[in-house]
Amino acid sequence: MNYFPDEVIEHVFGFITSHKERNAVSLVCKSWYKIERMSRQRVFIGNCYAISPEGVIARFPELKSLTLKGKPHFADFNLVPHDWGGILYPWIEAFAKSRVGLEELRLKRMVVSDESLELLSKSFVNFKALVLVSCEGFSTDGLAAVAANCRFLRELDLQENEVEDHRGHWISRFPESCTSLVSLNLACLKGEINLSALERLVARSPNLKSLRLSRAVPLDALQKILMRAPQLVDLGTGSFVHDPASDAYNKLKATILKCKSIKSLSGFLEVAPRCLSAIHPICHNLTSLNLSYAPGIHGNDLIKLIQHCRKLERLWILDCIGDKGLGIVASTCKELQELRVFPSDPYGVGNAAVTEEGLVAISAGCPKLHSLLYFCQQMTNAALITVAKNCSNFTRFRLCILDPIRPDPVTMQPLDEGFGAIVQSCKRLRRLSLSGLLTDRVFLYIGMYAEQLEMLSIAFAGDSDKGMLYVLNGCKKLRKLEIRDSPFGDTALLMDVGKYETMRSLWMSSCEVTLGGCKTLAKNRPMLNVEIINEDDQIDFSSDDRQKVGKMYLYRTLVGPRKDAPEFVWTL
Amino acid sequence: MSPENVNCLPESDVKLTLGLPGGGPISAKPAKPPAAKAQVVGWPPVRSFRKNAMKSCKYVKVAVDGAPYLRKVDLEIYSSYQELLNALEEMFSCLTIWNYLNERKIMDNVNGMEYVPTYEDKDGDWMLVGDVPWKMFVESCKRLRLMKSSEAIGLAPRTPSKNSSTS
Repeated sequence: MNYFPDEVIEHVFGFITSHKERNAVSLVCKSWYKIERMSRQRVFIGNCYAISPEGVIARFPELKSLTLKGKPHFADFNLVPHDWGGILYPWIEAFAKSRVGLEELRLKRMVVSDESLELLSKSFVNFKALVLVSCEGFSTDGLAAVAANCRFLRELDLQENEVEDHRGHWISRFPESCTSLVSLNLACLKGEINLSALERLVARSPNLKSLRLSRAVPLDALQKILMRAPQLVDLGTGSFVHDPASDAYNKLKATILKCKSIKSLSGFLEVAPRCLSAIHPICHNLTSLNLSYAPGIHGNDLIKLIQHCRKLERLWILDCIGDKGLGIVASTCKELQELRVFPSDPYGVGNAAVTEEGLVAISAGCPKLHSLLYFCQQMTNAALITVAKNCSNFTRFRLCILDPIRPDPVTMQPLDEGFGAIVQSCKRLRRLSLSGLLTDRVFLYIGMYAEQLEMLSIAFAGDSDKGMLYVLNGCKKLRKLEIRDSPFGDTALLMDVGKYETMRSLWMSSCEVTLGGCKTLAKNRPMLNVEIINEDDQIDFSSDDRQKVGKMYLYRTLVGPRKDAPEFVWTL
Repeated sequence: MSPENVNCLPESDVKLTLGLPGGGPISAKPAKPPAAKAQVVGWPPVRSFRKNAMKSCKYVKVAVDGAPYLRKVDLEIYSSYQELLNALEEMFSCLTIWNYLNERKIMDNVNGMEYVPTYEDKDGDWMLVGDVPWKMFVESCKRLRLMKSSEAIGLAPRTPSKNSSTS
């Protein structure tokens, strides 16, 4: 079958980097499977319970980079109990025992203990990059171990993790010999930071390109740090509060002018709006701007800022920008590809300042837009139809109307037609989140048109099992389906059980599925784990199969029921 | 599943015209949600980390009589008066919290000055720290001042307070 020596094929495979393509290539024949597996360096595991660490090591002994995801997505919204699982330690333990030369570890929604960080830092001599997203379970002691022991650390990227602050100056644990840092993201840390140690670390890191500071770094410290790192490409400020008349502020203004390479700006975790003019000089270079953690900036100041940002490709902001502000974005940011508008009042259906008007303006003004996350007060079918006409490039479309079952306020109709227009027009749509009043009809459209859809999030939608069936039957590329508070039951769940082995996972909570339905599903299905999350002992397993199941999470796996499931998780 | 508030929408206020945005009269203003709407778990779908970060943090200025500059503390990160005063002790390291629960005085180690912790409330009045429950204090405190005991005539208690359950 092979016309070329293995080395040539391996060389060719070196140009194939995406996981999907490498997976496809490995299925061609045994020889290609073998060559591919021995040469794969980056391994992506979308569900840490789908395979064992030993299995990964056995198949990919040359791996250098591992990406692991743990808890299901709805854990982000407090729907998954705290100790459900997703524990890192067994992975580090297994890798440490093996001969794998791990260099990069990227984790999402996993429980990471200080012990695991310490073991990681001591077991892999060439360890270079640690990226933790939405993880928990560790403290600054774990970070200290990484700082102290990973001699060639290039990247330490902490995004939105819950990190316990144990004081003790962990930044000082980076040895003087550590000069390799390229990326350091501390934005999520809450505790005090040793500012002079941080400044010295930056000073001896000539390759530092990305630096995101925490709230504990005040404006005058920022100025000193920037003096040491004028080569930065990505900057996240900490606290941006100062008297604009002061020396420190004027120094900062002057220093920022030297930072000609900054393309990406974030932070402003605490901000005095009058200080924002300091960054106006660098706005014309920005391709990425994240002001979504800066509630102190009012609409008009945001607008003044954004009017300078003509090259923006990615914008994350709060809804206090308002429809008017989004209009300014639409007329200024012609290169915009990704927009996220977060609620400034995340606790309720309060006073969201954006409506369908803002979205329509953006769709008309930004032809390159393909990724959207939009929290808004209301949406109309007409607006969605217009957006679909204006922007057929969407790959990710996530709409969240703050009142989850709100109809079109103009027509009082469900939003089926609007979302239908989106899926029909956006042929490359891979991810979709729905909200508002929705009937089974929207799922008919999704099943018919959303051919590339891989991930679908449903909440408070649909009328009957038909809705879920349209999706399961129609969306051939579906990988992740998560549903809450929708009237889908056993009929839909059990219609095509084989489908779930082609998907990564299915989450259903507060739906109509029963214990009996789940049991039937799980019967004779060794490749699926069907987990029932039984909080507060709601379910009595010895009795009635007709009980409704509060939370069900099922996923395909090669290794059967997991051994670390807590008491309240039952694998059927 | 019939969501309870579908029936609450003010249908009589809405003209049923389907027009493109900006085209016709926008007849429906955003309907206010029913006042008694229960908070739905996990809705809106915002990451807990972001939700916690957006909570109003309560930074207040702390002035110490005689000190050259003020400091700021975030009251939200403490859960009791004792924690707050410990933090102040760390911040102004020349002071010791001395017998707080009984005497509500703060002692300067070096020159023997006594300070009384006071705060300005929402009404602009200067109050003695510790009288009201902790959460109520956080809610109403606009700034803190460690006042020299000699100035705190009329505020500082002469006898140990009975109400020391202030967390």
